[in-house]
Amino acid sequence: MIRKLFKFHGGVHPEPHKSESATAAIRPAPMPSELVVPLRQSTRAAARCIVEVGQHVLKGQRIGEAEGKLGTAVHAPTSGEVIAIGDHPMAHPSGLTAPAVHIRPDGLDQWIDLTPFDYDANDRISMLANLRDAGIVGMGGAAFPSHIKLGTGIGIETLVINGAECEPWITCDDRLMRERGNAVIDGAAILAEVIGARRVLIGIEDNKPEAVESMRKAVAEARPALPMDVIAVPSLYPAGGEKQLIRVLTGIEIPHGKLGGEFGVQCFNTGTAHAVHRAVRFGEPLVSRIVTLTGNADTPGNYEVLVGTPIQHLLPLMGPRPDTDRFLLGGPMMGFALTDLSVPIVKGSNCIIAASPTLFPPPPAELPCIRCGECARACPAELQPFELYWFSRSRNFGKAQEYHLFDCIECGCCSYVCPSHIPLVDYYRFAKSEIWARERESAAADQARDRFEFRNYRQEREKTEKAAKLAAKAAETKAKLAETEGVDNKVQVADGSEDPKKALIAAALARAKQQKAAIKPANTDNLPPEAEAEIAEIEARRQKALGGSEPKPLGVLTTDNNGGEDKQS
Amino acid sequence: MLTALLVMAGIAVVLGAALGYASIRFKVEGDPLVDKIDAILPQTQCGQCGYPGCKPYAQAIANGEADINQCPPGGEEGIRHLADLLGREFKPLSEEHGIEKPKSVAFIDEQTCIGCTLCIQACPVDAIVGAAKQMHTVVEPLCTGCELCLAPCPVDCITMEPVVETVETWKWKYPVIEIRQTA
Repeated sequence: MIRKLFKFHGGVHPEPHKSESATAAIRPAPMPSELVVPLRQSTRAAARCIVEVGQHVLKGQRIGEAEGKLGTAVHAPTSGEVIAIGDHPMAHPSGLTAPAVHIRPDGLDQWIDLTPFDYDANDRISMLANLRDAGIVGMGGAAFPSHIKLGTGIGIETLVINGAECEPWITCDDRLMRERGNAVIDGAAILAEVIGARRVLIGIEDNKPEAVESMRKAVAEARPALPMDVIAVPSLYPAGGEKQLIRVLTGIEIPHGKLGGEFGVQCFNTGTAHAVHRAVRFGEPLVSRIVTLTGNADTPGNYEVLVGTPIQHLLPLMGPRPDTDRFLLGGPMMGFALTDLSVPIVKGSNCIIAASPTLFPPPPAELPCIRCGECARACPAELQPFELYWFSRSRNFGKAQEYHLFDCIECGCCSYVCPSHIPLVDYYRFAKSEIWARERESAAADQARDRFEFRNYRQEREKTEKAAKLAAKAAETKAKLAETEGVDNKVQVADGSEDPKKALIAAALARAKQQKAAIKPANTDNLPPEAEAEIAEIEARRQKALGGSEPKPLGVLTTDNNGGEDKQS
Repeated sequence: MLTALLVMAGIAVVLGAALGYASIRFKVEGDPLVDKIDAILPQTQCGQCGYPGCKPYAQAIANGEADINQCPPGGEEGIRHLADLLGREFKPLSEEHGIEKPKSVAFIDEQTCIGCTLCIQACPVDAIVGAAKQMHTVVEPLCTGCELCLAPCPVDCITMEPVVETVETWKWKYPVIEIRQTA
């Protein structure tokens, strides 16, 4: 069937470098001596730890509970003992730490009891909750929670399965589609059912003919209820960008600030479809993924790696050559150099590239922008990268936002084509994070302003309330007084010489005196004679003490002490 | 001559009435300039400027009583924004009002706290919780780092802890152009 394909704007053709790692089959990576499972799998949300140090966990046992709107659960990747819970460097360009659960495998790799999820017997909401608790996130790199994407609503007409894998070097989706095409197709069918799609389009770049073949075969075997098309799309970076692939396959152009769901189309990665298949058909949570190990290496390939495997444990598998100077996580276009090799593989880590100065020569010195407009021609988001660059560089963030900085997908096409070798994406990333920081600051300032104003209002209100209370009490006392000592009061007031306030004080004093006189010492009735004698004795002593020499007050002692101190100093 | 005078007087009356009506109909509540200045100020409510809070300082700037360089938490960037807004010259932060410090939040050493409530009363944004003779604690996300709770504490159990960078608050650095040495 010949299908009309569309084109997105711009794009570049970097060296694909796919053949290095695409030839060998997926092998399981050996079990490391220690797994470090970050509770924060992406910057979006962290799971709440529900295990303790010393606890024995089984493979697939939940160790982190989903928390927050964008949270997903985290599971133990193998059976073993929790040996520590603490901060560990994260797979993030900052190299900052995040809480992680350290597990020492017991070597048995024993699964917890798994129960497949029966979608026919359950509703949509419980399906989404099931995916959240199975820890399913987007496997293309961004690790966005799949249940949120699926939850945008039913009535999505088209489901796009993203098998484009446009970044150079990476072949994990390619191998997955070649070897486990049936599972991917089944996962796609489940996803289609959950969002109520009426057709499924599977887009694969035409530089992966084996994957296209394998997926076509899998579709033919599965005989799905709804039309499923495997479409080879032209290889052009970044064809695997969500908006770009949707554009190529359906012709729908998703405008600024909108998501695919609003246009009846939703996009998932092949890896995600595979993970959904495992979670629904077998009840297996997401505990492993396929990682491409390639670059300046003797034995590149794809490995099935447990989430939480430290990267340094994987390096011997690919055998980096002696001139390797650093390792990149992710592709060469969008990835970043690792500062610490103890960082663990997370759900969104798709590739590790050994880099050498010959393979990835250091960029030449940055030259001034010559306003050639190459970047604008290459930009797949149809932005004006040079304008964004000027505004980001001069910290004119308002203007950068006006030029839709946040529509930039950081694909790196502009930096790739720039004849002046300007690291344009670095400027956009700087501007974006600066704008986010400002937004956080201004939100905090607004909150502080509100709280300060409310506190002032509250203090004012408390003051007036107190004054009103006092006034009411004074009025009450006055009324009482007027009642009891009406005659006296009247005389005094009529007299005019006495202040009514003074009269009040006098009256209060009189009342106090009266009360004091009325109080009798307790337990003085019916006393035995000896007790009465004792009381009399005490009274006599007291009279003597009051009349005679006063007891030495405590203050004298303290003064003495002070005097001593003074002398010392 | 008389006609001209009458016409001019008539126009004056009509325009005057229109203006008078407009001034009532389109009256702006409050001083918009104060709000604009207040929006730039960091809302720390620390009083280092010499006014009891950010709004009074904004009012004082608008009235020309205070200078624009009296806010240490706002720092140099804040002064620049104020200078832009008011069309004045930038001037460095006045030293008598304090120095610019990295953002910190108060931290109560709960072992030492005696539960006197003095810090609760001092906090301008109600960010400290506790009761008499009960341990107090600072609600970190609400703390503005104004340091007003430090002085009243009778047992000196409050310290200012600098806010540490997390993965969520980390920022990409400004791209630095490497200058390479040539032979």
